[in-house]
Amino acid sequence: MDHNIFSFIWRYSKRQQIYITILTLISFPFLYFSLDLPRQIIDDALSADAGPFPVPFAGMELNQVEFLLTLSFLFLALVCINGGFKYYINVYRGQLGERMLRRLRYDLYTRVLRFRLPRFKRMSAGEIIPMVTQEVEPIGGFVGDAYALPVFQGGTLLVYLGFIFIQDPILGAAAIALYPMQAYIIPKLQRHVNQLGKRRIRAVRQLSDRIGETVAATGEIHAQDTSAYHLSDVSTRLGGIFEIRYEIFRRKFFIKFLNNFLNQLTPFFFYSIGGVLVLQGSISFGALVAVLAAYKDLSGPWRELLNYYQRVEDIRIKYEQVAEQFEPTDIQPTQQLLEDAELPTPLPGPLSFSSVTYVEEDAPPALESVSIDIPIDAHIAVAGDGNSGKTEFLMLAARLLVPSQGRIKLGDHDMADLAESVTGRRFAYLGSTPVMFTDSLRGNLIYGLKHRPLVPPPHDDALAHFLKEAKASANSLHPYDADWVDYEAAGVADTDALEPRLLTLLEGVGMGEDVYRMGLNGTIDPGRQPDTAERIMAARRAVAERLQDPAVADLVERFAADAYNESATVAENLLFGTPVANGFDLDRLAENPHVLAVLDQTGLTEDFVTMGVDIARTMVELFGEMTGNTELLEQFSFISADDLPEFQPILTKIDKAGAGLLKEDERTRLMSLPFKLIPQRHRLGLIDEAMKQRLLEARRVFADTLPEDMQDAVAFFDIDAYNAAATLQDNILFGKARYGQSGVQEKVQALIAEVVDSLDLRATVMGVGLNSSVGLMGARLSGAQKQRLAVARALLKQPEWLVLDEATSLLDGGSQAHLADLIDTEMAGRGVLWGVHRPSHAARFPEVIVLHNGRVAGRGSYDELSRQGSVLASLVDNE
Amino acid sequence: MSLVEEVDLLKKIPLFANIETSKLKLLAFTSERVVFKAGEELFHQGEIGQEAYIVMEGTADVIVDTADGPMVVAQIGKNDFVGEIAILCDVPRTATVQATSDLTTLMISKDLFFRLVTEFPQMAVEIMRVLAQRVQQTTQRAAARNG
Repeated sequence: MDHNIFSFIWRYSKRQQIYITILTLISFPFLYFSLDLPRQIIDDALSADAGPFPVPFAGMELNQVEFLLTLSFLFLALVCINGGFKYYINVYRGQLGERMLRRLRYDLYTRVLRFRLPRFKRMSAGEIIPMVTQEVEPIGGFVGDAYALPVFQGGTLLVYLGFIFIQDPILGAAAIALYPMQAYIIPKLQRHVNQLGKRRIRAVRQLSDRIGETVAATGEIHAQDTSAYHLSDVSTRLGGIFEIRYEIFRRKFFIKFLNNFLNQLTPFFFYSIGGVLVLQGSISFGALVAVLAAYKDLSGPWRELLNYYQRVEDIRIKYEQVAEQFEPTDIQPTQQLLEDAELPTPLPGPLSFSSVTYVEEDAPPALESVSIDIPIDAHIAVAGDGNSGKTEFLMLAARLLVPSQGRIKLGDHDMADLAESVTGRRFAYLGSTPVMFTDSLRGNLIYGLKHRPLVPPPHDDALAHFLKEAKASANSLHPYDADWVDYEAAGVADTDALEPRLLTLLEGVGMGEDVYRMGLNGTIDPGRQPDTAERIMAARRAVAERLQDPAVADLVERFAADAYNESATVAENLLFGTPVANGFDLDRLAENPHVLAVLDQTGLTEDFVTMGVDIARTMVELFGEMTGNTELLEQFSFISADDLPEFQPILTKIDKAGAGLLKEDERTRLMSLPFKLIPQRHRLGLIDEAMKQRLLEARRVFADTLPEDMQDAVAFFDIDAYNAAATLQDNILFGKARYGQSGVQEKVQALIAEVVDSLDLRATVMGVGLNSSVGLMGARLSGAQKQRLAVARALLKQPEWLVLDEATSLLDGGSQAHLADLIDTEMAGRGVLWGVHRPSHAARFPEVIVLHNGRVAGRGSYDELSRQGSVLASLVDNE
Repeated sequence: MSLVEEVDLLKKIPLFANIETSKLKLLAFTSERVVFKAGEELFHQGEIGQEAYIVMEGTADVIVDTADGPMVVAQIGKNDFVGEIAILCDVPRTATVQATSDLTTLMISKDLFFRLVTEFPQMAVEIMRVLAQRVQQTTQRAAARNG
């Protein structure tokens, strides 16, 4: 990586820089003429001593008006040409700057991938992110100016200076007399600002690191009551940044002040010394005026150059601060990440460690001269305690680390030199805290198959443009929306064949039931998955049939267009459908114009107000006296604890003056309450038979008068149509579990499971489950679920060498044994190196390696090694 | 059955007889009405209990596992309160309760029960009174048997 911003810019854009500079120089005469032309118009065409006319111009004789108009149009033409130049150069510069910025960011990101793992023990995401995103941002704007600006402004300056010197060498010398002083003092002052700039960048980086830490540790902070401590920390840091920034602009403005002062000092010399010379008759008055005018013009480019200088310093520091962080001594070659090297099948063995030592900075050696040969087609356990170096040993065996000293060879190949196209595809490594990506479950499972784009997207203009631009910034040329999945590596033909394999693995690692449940709670787009929708509809029909049985008939209250559903809310009864997006937010129906219109039309508005008053009264009566214990209120009430006090005055008002005087928002508040009523659950006796009939009428009116633009805002319940907005479970059930029966939820689940199994739909439901999101980096999954999924992900790519480091530590004993069986079967004939979480687990392996204090303490069968007094025996005792 | 009717019912249960109507309404509103079919179990001996039940309609058997197999030790019906021991003392269910007819109950969760008791001390006093009476009855019975 270039250490200097200018060498970076020059290396990757010298042709463009030269082009811009030349273009700038070409534009120069036009600029000059456009400045000169107004003088000509005034002097030669308009002033009293202009003429005599007609004047010869470009071979024609022009009278005064013609001459004036010609010059004016020439001026207009020059304005257009100058504008055109400026526009073209600006756009070109902008494009160049953005390309260079893209290149730089891409390079930085590549470096993040190339860093060796231990580096991330010292460098946090909080530091890296601002570097790649915001710190380099100003560089984009600077690149286009880097060479052209000093050339242009310097050139202008020289032209003016030349003009002054030609007028009078002494005054010329006076004009630049203070330049050396400025050139000496200002960099000196600037150096302080630069130092402060560096400190500012570091301080901001640390702040962002702290913020990142806080986000990750929120739970701990609340658990320890340390918010005040962290606030104080951040406050101190912000204070530090404030002081630095304050100091920076104080000094910056001082430099500006000094500059301005020095610039004005020169005219002072002109007036005084020049004036005296004029009075003495040494120079002419006209010359002094001309020089003064030229000097005024001089200050423009000079100021630009000084600004440029300050900007260069700022950018230079920013660049250097980033570059030095991204240039560690030990970084993987890009080639190792991206080349497509291969090794023969089966992998050459054995894996031989020869005097391997592994040390990390500021830490005692984790492994010390370990020499051992490991066959890579056997299943071997590795046992050791926390200080044994087990983790490092296993990571070295998977080439996630490289030895500090010594060498690890796979057959004849040095492990350190193997490309990741070998280690990442033919090996698999499972740590104890697997990482999930913010993607669907399926996306996470097939993640290990996405090495290269295999089926490119159709080649169209968009792709061509993408490739052209990517090439111009030396970015990745792999189209992201290609099909990256390597089906062959998973041992299947295509995406259809992959699905059953995924489901088998999920069942194998004990995630089948979880995924099934996710599927039931998932939604599908019937337009895209018509087969799935059709199958779910079959399940709906089967459930209907099953509910004919009086033994289970009471479990579910099915939706029927002409019947009021007692287990659903009033809102659901009215809508008789599922709201799509936010068109009909079920909690805010009382504010919805269409709903209000429907209530008006069916004469229900006043009834809703009355019911609202009733509910509010009951709630205030029941919960009004309760203090502090707001949870109960939240759990059962229609009204949140915060809102309850606001209902009291509304009720008082009604008692005094009747409901007629309520304000609009008070009515809305009251009317929002009945929408939440579920007759079966709340038993307030408000929804009687007559009310049900009227609500059914409102349901009809709601659907009939639904405005055109809201047609898509609700997916109506239709016994014959799949409801895209509802979950699979709701689609299958097409109704509500009836309140008030013992264990109704479990029974309904069992009923659904029975139907799903009888129709052979489990795979379909699980397929939908696979599409559900795992949340932010798997936040919706438990640690144990992540471990299970990670095993499935590793096995999916059929590795030839599987290294596990306490990869099932969060599972119960039974599940661990089950996964071990699965791995034994799946990995039969291929190598497994399993760093066991419980030393006794090693007993199931034919061979065990015992590590102790960074050395191999034993190797052999479990029975041999676990004799009394041995390291393994004491490990097992301490289990 | 509406809330008002439930409250009337609750009033007839000795445990709640002296508690204000508004509190009973709260109890009724916040508890869940659960229906059991004949033959279904409300809970099983030995399980960890989280709920108590007030019978509003129907009958049920209280069954205790003995060395000779399950034995019906009591029958409960309308207005009876069962399952309170498990939620008060954190012990496993001391008996099984099985519906002998279709049974309508009000289910009070342990959580809710304790919240109500903490919120309204007069309810706690009332419960104490009833429990003390039961202890006295048991002691008398034991004394009678021994004597």
